[in-house]
Parts: sequence; C-alpha cells; structure tokens
Amino acid sequence: MFKTIKKYLGVVWILISIVAVVALIFGAIQNIDINGKLDINKPLPWIIIVVIFIPIAFGLSLFGWYVLHDEYSTKK
Amino acid sequence: MSTQTKGIWKVISASSLGTLIEWYDFYIFGSLATIISEKFFPSTNPTTAFLATLATFAAGFIVRPFGALVFGRLGDIVGRKHTFLLTLVIMGLSTFLIGCIPTYENFALAPYLILILRLLQGLALGGEYGGAATYVAEHAPENKKGFYTSWIQTTATLGLLLSLIVIISLQKILSKEDFNSWGWRLPFLFSIVLVIVSIIIRMKMQESPMFKELKSEGKTSVNPIKESFGKKQNLKLVLLALFGATMGQGVVWYTSQFYAQTFLLKTCGIESTQANTWLGIALVLATPFFIFFGWLSDKVGRKSIMLTGMLLAIICYRPIFKTFYSYADVRNKTEVLSNIKIEKKINENQLTDSIIIKTTHAVYTDSSKLLLKEIFSQETKKLDNIKLLETKKIITLSSSFQFKFIGLLFILVLFVTMVYGPIAAFLVELFPTKIRYTSMSLPYHIGNGVFGGLVPFIATLITLSPSSNYLSGLWYPIGVATVCFIIGLLYLNKKQDV
Repeated sequence: MFKTIKKYLGVVWILISIVAVVALIFGAIQNIDINGKLDINKPLPWIIIVVIFIPIAFGLSLFGWYVLHDEYSTKK
Repeated sequence: MSTQTKGIWKVISASSLGTLIEWYDFYIFGSLATIISEKFFPSTNPTTAFLATLATFAAGFIVRPFGALVFGRLGDIVGRKHTFLLTLVIMGLSTFLIGCIPTYENFALAPYLILILRLLQGLALGGEYGGAATYVAEHAPENKKGFYTSWIQTTATLGLLLSLIVIISLQKILSKEDFNSWGWRLPFLFSIVLVIVSIIIRMKMQESPMFKELKSEGKTSVNPIKESFGKKQNLKLVLLALFGATMGQGVVWYTSQFYAQTFLLKTCGIESTQANTWLGIALVLATPFFIFFGWLSDKVGRKSIMLTGMLLAIICYRPIFKTFYSYADVRNKTEVLSNIKIEKKINENQLTDSIIIKTTHAVYTDSSKLLLKEIFSQETKKLDNIKLLETKKIITLSSSFQFKFIGLLFILVLFVTMVYGPIAAFLVELFPTKIRYTSMSLPYHIGNGVFGGLVPFIATLITLSPSSNYLSGLWYPIGVATVCFIIGLLYLNKKQDV
C-alpha cells in the first residue's frame, strides 16, 4: 500500500512542476510594470528566473516520471 | 597526533580557508551593494540600472550553476587541487579588481567591468564548493566524512561574519565621508592578501588520493557532464539530491540567515546596528553546531538530521517570525513620552507641491525607543489634499529583549546547521569518484543559488498580494521545504545515507 502511494505520488511531483511554471509566467505577466520601482516590476529578473526555472521544473517532472516508473525503489 | 591525523587537518584548514575567502569575497559585494550602486550603477541612468539588476540576478541564478558545470567538469578531468586553486585565483582577482575600478563618474565603462567581475565571482563560487568538499571527503576516513567535511560547511557563515566584521570595523575607524569616498574599496583590496596566503597554502597540498588512484589507473571520466546528466542511473541521483535535499536546505539557509535579517530591519523596523549585532552573536554561537551535526551524521545518518532540521524549520518559522514582530510592535507597548516635530518644505522644482515631514520620537515603559518619520505631499492649491508618500520606522528595543532575540535567531541558525552541516558528506557519498565534482556541484548550486536565492524575490511577490500579511512571505520557504522534506523522507533510502 505504502509503496503504491509512494509510486503514484510521482503524478503529484509532475503536477507541481507544471503549476510552478504556470504560476511563474502568470506572476511575470501580472507584475511586470515599466513604471514600477521594485525588482518584481522589472522584466529582466523575471526573464532570468523563468528561463532558469523551466529546465528545473522539467527536472522535477522527470523525477516524477522516474518515481512513477519505480526507479527509486530500493531494489533498483 | 599521528602523521595521518596531521595530514587531514592540513587538508581541512587549506580547503576551509580558501572557501571562507571565496564566501567573504562574494558577500562583501552584497553587503556593500548600496554604495556600489551609487558609485557604479546610478538609478537615474536606465542602462546602468539594467546592468545592476543583471549583476544581482545573473550572478546567483545563472552563473553559479554554470560555474558548477564548468569547474565540476574540469575537476573531474584535471583534478580537484588545480581546479579549486583556479577558482580561488579567479575569485580573488575579481574581488581585488572591483576595488580598483574608477567610479562611473570618471569612467563610463565602469558598470560593464563591475558586471563582468561580479559574474566571474559567481562563476568561481560555483566551482569552489564542490571542489573543497570533494577534496576533504576524499582524504577523510569512511566513518568520519561527516565530521571532516562539516568544517567546510562553517565557511559560508564565517565568510558572512568576516565580511560584516571588516565592513563594520572600517565604518567605525573611518569617517562616514571617507568610507563613502574611498574606504569601501578596502574590503575588496584586502581580499588579495587573504587570497595570496590561501594560494600559497593550497599550492603545497597534494592531489586527492582517490582521484590520483583513478588517474593512475586511467579510469577518469572523459566527459563528466555527459556521464553525470546523460546516464539515467546517475541523473536520477542528481534529481534526488536536488529535490530531496539541497532544494530544502537552500531555502532554510537563506530564510534563517538572510530573510530573518531583512525581516528584522524592514518589516519590524529594528535599528540596524542592534539587529545586526544580535544576528552576529547568534551566528557565532550556532556555528560550532555545523561541526556537531556533521559529526553526529557519521553516527546516526545524514538523512535523519537534515530532514529533522527541515521539519523543525517548517513548523517553527511562522511562530518565530511572529514573535519577532510582536516584540517590535509598538502597539503592544505603553508610551510614556512622545515628541512630535512637523517640518514643511516647499519643493522648489515643483512649485505646486509641498513636502511635509512629520517626525515622532516616542519612549515606552520598557525603555524601547521609536523614531517614526512620515513624509507627506500637499498640493499648495488644495491644502486639505495630503498624501502619505513614505513611512520610515526605526525602533531601538530595550536591552531586555536582547536574549530573547539572540535565542530565537540562534534557533533559526540551528536549523541551518542541521540541514547544512551533513550535506557535503551526503552529496559526496551519493556519486562515484570519477564524476563526483560535476554531479554534486550542480544540485548544490541550484538548491542554494536558485531556490535559496529566490527567497527575497518570491517573498516580496507574495507579500504584495491583496490578502497577504507580514508573515505571508514565509510560505515560499515553507512550501519548498515541505516538498523537499516529503521527497527526502520517501525516496532517500539507506543506500544513499551512511
């Protein structure tokens, strides 16, 4: 039972990675403001963060995929 | 002391000193960011403001992980000793040169050069840590890797402390004008002395015995990046190290050391010398625990200590930060004396608006003192139309709060020592010798540079949402640490532990 839950949690890790990227992109669209004075209003930090975060989110998806395929079981 | 023991202490001191200097170099730029902005990146100029943002974000988020790959690869092909010697030279020279560059007023290309040097600092930092941790671990006996590598783990905190001591001492010795004019350059120039000493010590060191053996057998990796991230067997360990350990460790570290400082200064409005002194004392008191938890991880395992630290941080962050806020909140205090001064200034550039500055000095029964400065603009034609532009609050708390704050800050740093103390040994043991430098450096720098480095940015983002309060910024580190805790608990097994 526990092993099955552990395995199917892979779906959660994949979903988290997708939600994180979508949230970041929405955050960028909502907060970029040419007249704003804060860092979160500037486009450059958002570009850097989104660009660097996409491969990391892909990594989390891949991790979830490996979990789903039982790659982290103690036998392997 | 046996020759072997003497040898390992030489290895530890040479590695730790260099890593401490690299952290010192990296932090003084951050600690002097306001002066550097004034001298090199005036905000009135859009190009320099753009370069300043690039220097802040690119150095941590892009260049550090990139440095981990570049120097990790080099370290797995050429050797640990020469690679982390090179990172030290790059860091030391970059820092020294920052102190030599004329200001933007006198040299128009200065902002570009500062940006390049800051990026080089990030690159060198990305390569240093993995090298030092690998080098020490490869000299250490099997059952003492946690204890010996934990000395490397103290250097990030000691580097921050050293940078603060050097800067605060110079600010006390020099007049404010002298420090702002030329004194700020001294911490950068001083770095060259430290680096030369460290290079001399490191030059005398031998290559790691495990790497030497691998090289003599012709078994070193030809393409460590491909082997680390192109082979599923190793890639899945890299992902596990990142999402099950370093991601949570990074946010706990940044929140407990840096976000706590920003919270005390900006959210609570505590006077800066008072807040920094308390934080400094807490750092000094907690630093030996890096070594304690490194040592303990050799006995009880790395996973249990790191995950306990993460769980405690998840549970305690909100209550601790809430307590900080309540101690500094003047609504919880009884006022005994207050003095209000109102100043009105006609803004000569915009004749229509006046500026009104209301300064309030208040003293409370517990002898805490408040200085509240409220700046209003008032339209000259409509005298009743007053807008609040800015509020600055500085509270100097009574000395009776000293032990409470130091105690809570100590607990925060203690969480860092639990998650960070054993992590070098944990990462080193996770990967095979021939691709160790590359494989461990990337998850470490993504965890710390990206996930940890994002704490202030995402926290600001969350606190600006309509339903947020002063504690909402903590949801980011709590959320990331929770995901990391669950992943670590479920998927790190005894094989990946000691």
